[in-house]
Parts: sequence; structure tokens; C-alpha cells
Amino acid sequence: MNPNPHPMNADSEAAEPPRHHYLNAGYGIRSWLLTKDHKRIAILYLVSVNVFFALGGLMAVLIRLELATPQGDLFQPDVYNRLFTMHGIMMIFFFLIPGIPAILGNFLLPIMIGAKDLAFPKLNLLSWYIFNFGGAFVFWALLHGGVDTGWTFYTPFSTTFSNTHVLAVGVGIFITGFSSILTGLNFIVTVHRMRAPGLTWFRLPLFVWSMYATSLIIVLGTPVIAITVLLLAAERLFHVGIFDPAIGGDPLLFQHLFWFYSHPAVYIMILPSMGVVSEIVPAFSRKKIFGYRFIAYSSVALAVLGFLVWAHHMFVAGMSVYAAAVFSALSMLVAVPSAIKVFNWTATLYKGSVSWDTPMLYALGFIGLFTMGGLTGVMLATLGIDVHVHDTYFIIAHFHYIMVGGAIMGYLGGLHYWWPKISGRLYPRFWSKLSALVIFVGFNVTFFPQFILGYMGMPRRYHTYPPEFQVLNVMSSAGATILGAGYVIPIVYFIWSMRYGRHASSNPWGVVGLEWETTSPPPTENFETTPVVTHGPYEYGPEHREDAVVR
Amino acid sequence: MSANARAPLAHHFDSFDQQRESASLGMWTFLLTEMMFFGGLFIAYIVYRWSYPEVFIAGSRSLDIVLGTVNTGILIFSSLTMALAVRSAQLSRSRTTVFFLLATIVLGAAFLGIKTVEYHDKFVHHHLPGQPGFHLAGAPDQAHAQMFFVLYFAMTGLHALHMIIGAGLLGVMTVMAARGRFSADNHNAIECTGLYWHFVDIVWIFLFPLLYLVGRHG
Amino acid sequence: MSGPSVHVVPVRIYLTIFVTLLALTAVTTAAAFVDMGPLGNLVAMAIASFKATLVILFFMHVRYSTKLTSLVVTAGLLWLAILIALTLTDYFTRGWLGVPGH
Repeated sequence: MNPNPHPMNADSEAAEPPRHHYLNAGYGIRSWLLTKDHKRIAILYLVSVNVFFALGGLMAVLIRLELATPQGDLFQPDVYNRLFTMHGIMMIFFFLIPGIPAILGNFLLPIMIGAKDLAFPKLNLLSWYIFNFGGAFVFWALLHGGVDTGWTFYTPFSTTFSNTHVLAVGVGIFITGFSSILTGLNFIVTVHRMRAPGLTWFRLPLFVWSMYATSLIIVLGTPVIAITVLLLAAERLFHVGIFDPAIGGDPLLFQHLFWFYSHPAVYIMILPSMGVVSEIVPAFSRKKIFGYRFIAYSSVALAVLGFLVWAHHMFVAGMSVYAAAVFSALSMLVAVPSAIKVFNWTATLYKGSVSWDTPMLYALGFIGLFTMGGLTGVMLATLGIDVHVHDTYFIIAHFHYIMVGGAIMGYLGGLHYWWPKISGRLYPRFWSKLSALVIFVGFNVTFFPQFILGYMGMPRRYHTYPPEFQVLNVMSSAGATILGAGYVIPIVYFIWSMRYGRHASSNPWGVVGLEWETTSPPPTENFETTPVVTHGPYEYGPEHREDAVVR
Repeated sequence: MSANARAPLAHHFDSFDQQRESASLGMWTFLLTEMMFFGGLFIAYIVYRWSYPEVFIAGSRSLDIVLGTVNTGILIFSSLTMALAVRSAQLSRSRTTVFFLLATIVLGAAFLGIKTVEYHDKFVHHHLPGQPGFHLAGAPDQAHAQMFFVLYFAMTGLHALHMIIGAGLLGVMTVMAARGRFSADNHNAIECTGLYWHFVDIVWIFLFPLLYLVGRHG
Repeated sequence: MSGPSVHVVPVRIYLTIFVTLLALTAVTTAAAFVDMGPLGNLVAMAIASFKATLVILFFMHVRYSTKLTSLVVTAGLLWLAILIALTLTDYFTRGWLGVPGH
């Protein structure tokens, strides 16, 4: 293993693209819509998922526009309700949850384990169609006024009193859940059964561990939201309900069932990004990751512990105080695996040969912002604090630090790291670094003020607020504009690169990993011959150079 | 390729063993999701039975215990025929495979037939929740009594839906078996269908006492 | 290419399990008419669990499958237990504080 000591730079020779690869393996719409190649399916998902990212982003723009002034002067309260609801639904169920697994996971998982494809290629394609089918219901609902219940669909408003298309959105989410389950199922079987010879569990890249842990959550949690949505739909359709107090039902049962999935869902959203960071940090420190086993175990621990904490979303809903105390204690516990990762990434950076390439900028941004989001999470796990800040902008800031500062940064970092592999092209370094910076600045200007607003008492899901909150709100809205601009720039240069970008070599970053040993883009079958793995990942350091005297 | 061609090895697998083990793990993972899917209904049942015990007793007593027991027996019998069908496929015996698959389908249909009779009975006796005129004899609170039937219909309905899907799968398997597609090398599809069918049987094994056998004494 | 890794279960084992399951069904129905107090629920669930175990081990071949398969089954049961147990921590402890709404 001889890592190229000269990473991608503007002066290196232009690489020759491989003659045959997965992008030119077949032309025409049928070769794409009926493909079984996991790499093409990843591209299909890239398009679908980003459509919903754009739609969710549009909702966000409108929300921040309204919140620039204290009065509700842009939208009626009813319309505002629909805006934040659709923003949440589309971002969570159709962007963040599928995001990295369906795009980067689909593309990279087989390559990283030296396999020709996932275990069930046809199910993989089916999952994309199911995703779009479910998305169509939500899109239809969006065009017909959306839903106003909040993405949490609490009963009895969602079952009995809302006059919006709750059923359509519920059906859409139910259907898309199957897409998620199929992806998770595929990943679990693939990692268990299709690793290349010599690739033991503890030689797997940490991205694979994170995909595996994410898949465990998907498979165990998604069915519960499925049954919950089904019961919600049944109550709405037939007017009898498991959650209806009129017949002795308990609205809190809905919340228990809803959050049993939706809390682990946030780990579905963050674990993949953590996996990406675990790949980027050693690569751009030219150093073996510190504490490989700790990171691997903590990924699985996060998946397991994530299922034990859901009722911290219900502290003020009317649940038993004793149960609340139990969940508060468990929620403290769940911070530990995440913290372990942050320590390990930081330790990896120490005395590493750090290069400031774009993926690394995103990874570093992730580490800082995720830490802030995570620490505020521990604050929220504290029962006494949560009672004060629940349903305020403090919560919103907390989860956006994790979801945007964390998950989306990881997503963008991953896209930038593996783009040369996926497309065979290089993107312009100046613009990519600039947009990373713009996103980082824009993000903080948008969301940091929201911590303060929330702590001062500004409630969430309101389109009006007391005038003394305006300065911070205007700051937040201004930041959102910057953030939005930051998101648009990569779209431009990624598309530009597909036509005009310089061709990438197999290993443009000069890093270690199975995916960098095949061409950019890879051939349809991923490798010329099945690789045989003889060592762990991240084998950097002088003893691993081919010309090293001492082994 | 003749219509009798045995199912081949997929291009991304290295051996029939790997293909079979992947299919098995995949099916078991799917059943894991099904366990959690029904699990939501089970926790709802537990919560409400704990909250309103008398209503559950009255509701359970309104169900026909004979039909319920017979149905349980039928489903267990169908699990036997399903297991024998898979066994025949393992031994590449197409005719016996087809026979046992058809037997399973017939038994499944019988189960659904009896269920239909029971549902009709509920309709006739005004035990449909949410309908005007709902009345459950022996229940202290008529409003809460509806909760028993919400759960009864939700749980048995979801179960029946799974059986209908299972029957469809069995039909497909029958056609495949008749065409000689199963062999010792590759009988993954029927093995997976068998796992699904047994799972649906297990759900009923729990539903039966929870719905039919509450407070029958005294 | 195949063969020995596929375990063919003898018919008599299937028949034994079948008869056992039918017998247990009769037992559980009969037991429902016996007043065992709170033990009645436990007995019914124990019988059902035993029946399910027989189906899982023999009809679903888990007895002859890999440890991974058993792990999957166990994980499912464990997760159901988590859902049920932790949700019940709320329901079982409501009203203990004597403050309305808690």
C-alpha cells in the first residue's frame, strides 16, 4: 500500500478516464430506470433526494422571510403552520433519513467491502421507486395546501381536527418507510454475507460500520412509525381511534409510538454523517484513525441506546414524572458514544499532517457544530431545563445544529470527498472551499441567535413574536440567506464538473481505501478481480510505504 | 432456457451457499421488521387491557371460542403443510411440493372463511366500533368497550391482510414449483415464503389467547 | 456447490411438533376456563410462547440455522420488550406523585 504523497492539486497531470465504467455502460433512459447497478441507483437517489432538499429549503426560506418581522404579515397563521410542517416532513423523511445511506451508502458500500453489488440489487431499485411513490403523495399534498399538524402529527389534532391532507401525507410516509427498510435490510445482509476474502469485521472502514448501525436502527424502528401512521389513518378515516379519549384512548400512546421511531430516526440521520467524518479525518490527516474499535463499538452503541430515550420528547406532555426521570437519565447516557467519537476524531487530528481540502473543511465544521448541538442536547436531557425550553427556539437551534451543522455538513463533505470517484471528475477547489466557508458562516448566523431566542422564551411554530426578539430574528433570517447561497454554489460547480471538470485519477486525494483502488468512475462490476484484504483500513504512516525498509 | 430451468446463481454471488444464506438472512431481517410492526399493536393492547380490564373480559366473551380454537388448529395445520412443502422442494420433488402448497392455500382460505363468518357476526351484533348502535353486553362502559373492538379489528385485520398476501405468495410458489424451479441448490423463494407463513402463524398463536381467552372463567 | 449445508428435517419431527402444537392449543383453551387468578394470563402467555418457540425452532429451521439467525430472532424479542417495558414505565407510574397531570 503506497499512498501517493502528492494529493490532488492544480498542477498534477490530467488523468485519463477509464474506457469502460458504470456511467457509459449503457445509454438511454431504460438503462437507468431499469438498472440493477448500485452505483446508478445511488445517482437516481441523488436526484430524487435533492429535489426534496430543495423543496424543504424553499419552505425554510418562506419561514425565515415571515420571521424577519414580529407581526404575521406575510402569511396567515394557518399557512405558516403548513410551511413549517412541510419543511419538517420533507427534510426529515425525504432528505435526511434517506440522504447519505441511499446515495453514498448505496454507491460505496459494495466497493468498500470488495463486492460486485449489494445482496439484493432488484430490491435496491425497488426501494428507489417506492421512495418516489411515497414522495409523490407528499408532493401532491404539498400542491394542495400541505399539512398543518407539525411534522409530529400529534393527536387529536391530526386525527380529528385538522382539515388538511393528513391522510395523503401519512400514506406517503408509510410507503417511503418501506423504501428505508429495504435499504437497511440490503445493507445488513450485504455486510454480513458479502465481504471480500480477508475482510474481517474489524478491518471494515468506519463508514461501513456506520451504515450497518444505521441499518439496524432502520430495521428495528421504521415499522413502529409505520403502524403508528396506519393507526392514525384508521382513526382519521373511520373515526374510531386508539388515541381518542372519547373511547378511553390516550393521545400520549400516539406520542410514545411516534417517538419510539422518531428519536432513533435522528440517529439514522446523524450516524451516516459520523461515518463520513470517520473517513475524511484520517484521510486528510494522513494518519490512522485513533480508537478504531471505540468508534466502531460506539456506532452500534448509539444504535442501541438511541432506542431507550424517546420519551424525552414528552417531558411536558403529561407523562408520569417518574418515567420522565428514567428517560432523562437514559438520555444522558446516549451522549456518551457520540462524545467518544468526537474525542477520537480530535485525537486523530493531533500530530496528523492536516490538509485543508474541502472535505476536511466540512468534517472540521461537523466536529465543532455537532459538539455544540450535542452539548445542548445534554442540557435538554436535563428534565428541569427541558421543562423551561421545550417548544421554544432553543430546541429548534439544538436540532438544527445537529441536523444542519452536523448531518448536512457530513453529507456535503462526503459528496465532496467521493465526487471524483462517483463522477470521474474534479470540481474547482476555490469555489468548493468558498462555499464551505459560506455555509459555515451562514449556518452559525442563522442558528446561534435561535439558542438565545429560545432561552429568552420565543416559542416555536409561531409566526409572530414580541418585538424585542426582532433583532435576533433578523440576524437569523439574514444568516439563512447566506446559508442558502452557500448551498446553491455546489450545485452549480458539481453540474459544471460533469462536463468540464478535469478527469480524476483512481486516487486523486492520495489516500487509502478499497474504493480508491478502482478507477474513477468505477467499472460496473466495481473491480477487475475480487480484492483480497490483508490489513485494516487507514494504514497511513511510514511503515506502510512500499519503500519502507522496516516493516 | 426451458421452462423447467432450475433457478440460477445470481451474478453478484460467488456460490449457491452464499446466495441461500443471504436470502435467509434477508427474510429474517424482514420478519424482524414485521415483529416490530405488530409490536405497536401489542403495546396498545397491553396499555388498554391494563386500563380497562372488565371491558376486555366482556369483549373477549363475545367472541366465538369454538371458531377461534378451530381456526388456530387450521393455521397450525397449514404451518405443517408449509413445512412439508419446503421439505419437498429441498428434495426436488415438484409434485409433492405443489400438493403441499395447495393444501396450505386451502387451509389458509378456510381460516379466512371462518374469519369472515366471525366478522359478519360482529357486524350483526352491533360490535363495530364507531357505528351508531354499538352495544356490548356485559361491558360497564360502552365507550371504553369500543376500544376492545378497535384492537380486535386492527389486530385480526392486519393479520388477515398478511394472510391474504401470504396466499398470493403461495400461489406464485405453486406455479414455480409446478415448473420445476426448486431444487436442493436453490429453493430460496419457497423457504422464504415458508418463513413468512410461519411468522403469520406465530402472530395468531399470540392473538388467540389475547383476544379470545380473556376472563372466560367464572 | 450445495447440498450438505441444507438440512432436511425428517417428517416425523414435523408431525411431532404439529401434534404438540394442537395439544397445547387444546390445553390453552381448556385452561381459560379454570380460575387461576392473575396466574391465568401468565399461563396463557407461557403456553403461547412455548408454541411459538416450537414453530421458530423446527418449522422455521432456526434449530438447524446459523447463530446469526438466532441473534436476529433474539434481537426482535428484545426490541419488543424495550418498546413494551419502557412505555409501561409511563403508564404504571402515573398518578404516583398525586399532582394532576403527572
